[in-house]
Amino acid sequence: MKRTALALALLIAFPLAMLAIDHLFYVSFASRVLIYAIAATSLNLVLGYGGMISFGHAAFVGAGAYVASIAIAEGVTSAWIGWPAAILASALLAWVIGAISLRTRGVYFIMITLAFAQMMFYLVNSMKAYGGDEGLTLPQRATLGFGLNLGNEVVFYYVVLSILAALLYALHRLVHSRFGRVMVAIRENEARVEAIGFPVYRYQLACFVIAGAAGGLAGALLASHGKYVNPNVLHWVQSGTLMIMVILGGLGHLWGGVIGAVALLVLEHAIADYPIPWLAQVAPNYQQHANLGVGLVLLGIVLFAPQGIAGLLSRKRHA
Amino acid sequence: MSWILILEQSLNGLQFGLMLFLLAAGLTLVFGIMDMINLAHGSLYMLGAFIASTFVQATGSFTLGVLLAIPATAVVGMLLEMSVLRTLYARDHLSQVLATFALILIINEVTRLVWGSDAALPGPAALSGPVELLPGLRYPAYRLLIIGVGLAVAVLLYLLVTKTRVGMLVRAGASNREMALAMGVNIKTLFTLVFGVGAALCAVAGAMLAPLFAVQVGMGENILILAFVVIVIGGIGSIRGALVGAVLVGVVDTIGRAFLPILLGAFFQPRVASAAGPALASVMIYLIMAVVLYFRPQGLFPARG
Repeated sequence: MKRTALALALLIAFPLAMLAIDHLFYVSFASRVLIYAIAATSLNLVLGYGGMISFGHAAFVGAGAYVASIAIAEGVTSAWIGWPAAILASALLAWVIGAISLRTRGVYFIMITLAFAQMMFYLVNSMKAYGGDEGLTLPQRATLGFGLNLGNEVVFYYVVLSILAALLYALHRLVHSRFGRVMVAIRENEARVEAIGFPVYRYQLACFVIAGAAGGLAGALLASHGKYVNPNVLHWVQSGTLMIMVILGGLGHLWGGVIGAVALLVLEHAIADYPIPWLAQVAPNYQQHANLGVGLVLLGIVLFAPQGIAGLLSRKRHA
Repeated sequence: MSWILILEQSLNGLQFGLMLFLLAAGLTLVFGIMDMINLAHGSLYMLGAFIASTFVQATGSFTLGVLLAIPATAVVGMLLEMSVLRTLYARDHLSQVLATFALILIINEVTRLVWGSDAALPGPAALSGPVELLPGLRYPAYRLLIIGVGLAVAVLLYLLVTKTRVGMLVRAGASNREMALAMGVNIKTLFTLVFGVGAALCAVAGAMLAPLFAVQVGMGENILILAFVVIVIGGIGSIRGALVGAVLVGVVDTIGRAFLPILLGAFFQPRVASAAGPALASVMIYLIMAVVLYFRPQGLFPARG
């Protein structure tokens, strides 16, 4: 509880501190990190709590991003229409993909979710009316009303932070509810839960759809944030990156997605933007190869700390 | 849409399918025998192409360069297996996906450090022209060479797996790993060997396709997913399944790309057809995979009976 309050206080204070030292760019960067935190948290519900290795989560993020972008491109700028539409579209997509994929198990589930995500990737690529493979540039961000201008980086940050906080609270309530207990039980022993008489398939599908919907919201925010969307948000490497964030942060840990998103994006950014003098002398171009460091760190985490950063911090597994 | 065009595109599909088979064969063995998802297989394909480009430029001979690149890539693959991948066999699929994803990032960057973002690998000059196969059907000689090499390697692999002792052990491992272990098969060496063969096949595919596609960092990522589609369609662990799946995917993909826009043009406006055709063609193979998984989750030719 103390830690949660501290983390929230830091996140709330961050833009004020950046304003004070006149580094507004970092507020925008932090918004992006928090949006990825939302996406990773939604994946963590499926991956960490549900134990379903979905390799196609980018499809839901991308569907949300495209629905929200198309709404804005067509002149419907209100976030109150665009974002719910994005959530709904992603939930619907997750329902269709989940209903088919969840009939398979193990490796086949991984592969079929990947296949569906690739289908979406190519479908979006072919939407010439909305930019095709070049992507879609938006004239503005979504509008929220109530005197809140999302074009302002600080306002946007606080909106994203509120959504993330709400999502984390909802996730906390969800995993401690009867539904969450059943999901964790399914992860641990599917056959036994089935034998007790729970409809495993329906529980898994519900979990999959909720995660897809939250992923869609992250996509809508991402599109508004960059005022740009392109098919790469649906590329399979993007799904892999989201998985990395979850593992890096902590699988099945409430804060896992947030910690992972912050750690990965800040690490990438730090390597690319802050030269370390002694390293630059040994290898002058090392900053162009940030992914080498990211890869090595990830490999180390998988091999030596499978519980992720949150696991290292708490030394016990949260159910 | 004349029959010559159809024949030409079918040959293109066969050629692409055979190269996919080389990738899928290694992948399906690693997957089937070691129960290991190796996303870094595409990186070996990329490495094979880069290594071949270096050797071809150094020796000045396409044939010699490619022949040198094959064992070199095999050695890289075996080193990779002995250093990192070996520790992953006992882990769950999620760890394997992530660790090999990390390997993709690492190998991509190391390649960029050593070679830069791309390399040149021109095809042999003697085969740059077309050959007249049938009256009116002129087909690039180099693509014919790819088909020939692909068929030869497929036959060789078939003989290796079905007629030799090592092949017998490989099949035993694919159909029942525990039993093979219990019968005293030296799994450790066998795994390393299989990995080396897989890497060598990657090098053949990478080097042969290089003159048609670009040799660049990231070239392995898209074709890797295609190879996975192939082995899921064909049945994990089955070489025969990989061959059928690869040719199916290669032909459907190529023919689809060539003719779906024309076919759609008969029903829709040209603008719609030219936009939807390629997309539909790319989606088709994934659709086949989803349908196969739904109705026959073990694939068309399951290795485990």
